[in-house]
Amino acid sequence: MDSKSTVEIITELDIVAARRLGRDKAREIGFNKVDQARITTAISELAKNIFLYAHVGKIVIEKIEVNEKTGIGITAIDRGPGIQEVRKVLEDRYRTPDSVGAGLPAVKRLVDSINIQSKIGLGTKIKVVKWLNQG
Amino acid sequence: MNKLKAQYKRILSDYIQSQNESNLYIGQNFIKQLIQKNLTPEDVIDIHKQAIEEIYNDLPESMLHAYDFLIEVMVHFGLMFKEHQSLLIKQEEIRIEMDVAAKIQNLLLETTIPNPKDLDIGMVSVPIRKLNGDYVHFMHNQNYFSVAVTDVVGKGVPAALCMSMVKYGLDTLEYARSNPSYVLEVLNNIIEKSVDDSMFVSLFYGRFDLENNIFTWSSAGHEPALYYNSTEQTFYDLETKGLLLGILQEVKYNQHDIKLNDNDFLILMTDGVTDFREMEEFDSRGYIKDLALSISHLTAQEMCEVIYEKLQELLNFNIEDDFTIVVIKK
Repeated sequence: MDSKSTVEIITELDIVAARRLGRDKAREIGFNKVDQARITTAISELAKNIFLYAHVGKIVIEKIEVNEKTGIGITAIDRGPGIQEVRKVLEDRYRTPDSVGAGLPAVKRLVDSINIQSKIGLGTKIKVVKWLNQG
Repeated sequence: MNKLKAQYKRILSDYIQSQNESNLYIGQNFIKQLIQKNLTPEDVIDIHKQAIEEIYNDLPESMLHAYDFLIEVMVHFGLMFKEHQSLLIKQEEIRIEMDVAAKIQNLLLETTIPNPKDLDIGMVSVPIRKLNGDYVHFMHNQNYFSVAVTDVVGKGVPAALCMSMVKYGLDTLEYARSNPSYVLEVLNNIIEKSVDDSMFVSLFYGRFDLENNIFTWSSAGHEPALYYNSTEQTFYDLETKGLLLGILQEVKYNQHDIKLNDNDFLILMTDGVTDFREMEEFDSRGYIKDLALSISHLTAQEMCEVIYEKLQELLNFNIEDDFTIVVIKK
């Protein structure tokens, strides 16, 4: 049984650490180079969001196996300000002026599913899943 | 996918061998199939990398790393590119909405130029964007003809929304005989109450007594109108110190009378006609006076059109504001 790996995001260097962990895990699960790059980019964007808006949080990476399907799950958890309108952050160009990343719309395009739970003032939990392509 | 990869490899190796134009042409046509399969730029690079790997089995390791690097950066490039495209689609949607809004505005603010006896009236009003922040309102009955030339400070949608309100304000004062100062006072209260603090409206209101040939006018911070007195062969600025509409409650406005004689004419305009950002030193009002005088034999409508054309030429067809001009000839 695969255990979960967690990276605490505190400094910008931790974004790189999360990327590295995610790429290793993706390779281990059997994703090809292109999907590894996509998964890593998604992790990078999620970690960057934590670093920029919540300042502190964590990224949890795990292997997922459901009904003979295998995939990777990435969960970003923070106790930051929360997201006011979840629907809006998934639209293109919902970003603050100082924002540098491609944001959540990009993450959504890179993975198979995205789930966002957010409470204003309490924090945000974003879980994304990418399945291994059979064939 | 494997079939596509094999096809790509064949086209690529054909090209490497002969480097002729038809290989390139086939390659570009092949891209259509990749698009249909919804492949991203990084997928295409990966296909290319695998094909190269198979064609040259002695490819140096460093070259493969370079491809991996390209795949990595193209993931991000592809995302940015998609975002850009989705924004273009959104922009198109907004453009369509603006077209609809402009049509509605045209219906709302439609004005027919009245034709009172002894007066010849012409008008040109051209918005800089789709929606107009200028508006001309005419009223006319047996004894009076009145005209309001308004300009909302600002352009585009906010100005257009504000303008609808000014129009309905003017509509409620439907009597052409109302005193100009009274009209401004009422409109000022309406606008001050209902519009955002950053919205101001300038308005020139004139009423012509058709029986006695008296033109009574008042202005709320508006571009001064030009009055040509043909007997004296002199232009006068019709100017008051009235405050813009929408700044303070209960502002009082003054009104003034002039008597119009045959061959006199008035030019009412918005600051889009006289404000040239590119040519600050230029005496635009002087230019308009000279021009108007030289074409005063034309009809009022022709005069408006000529002035608009000449100013457009002068500014290299780059007028920067809503442009409205009304000519009234006695």
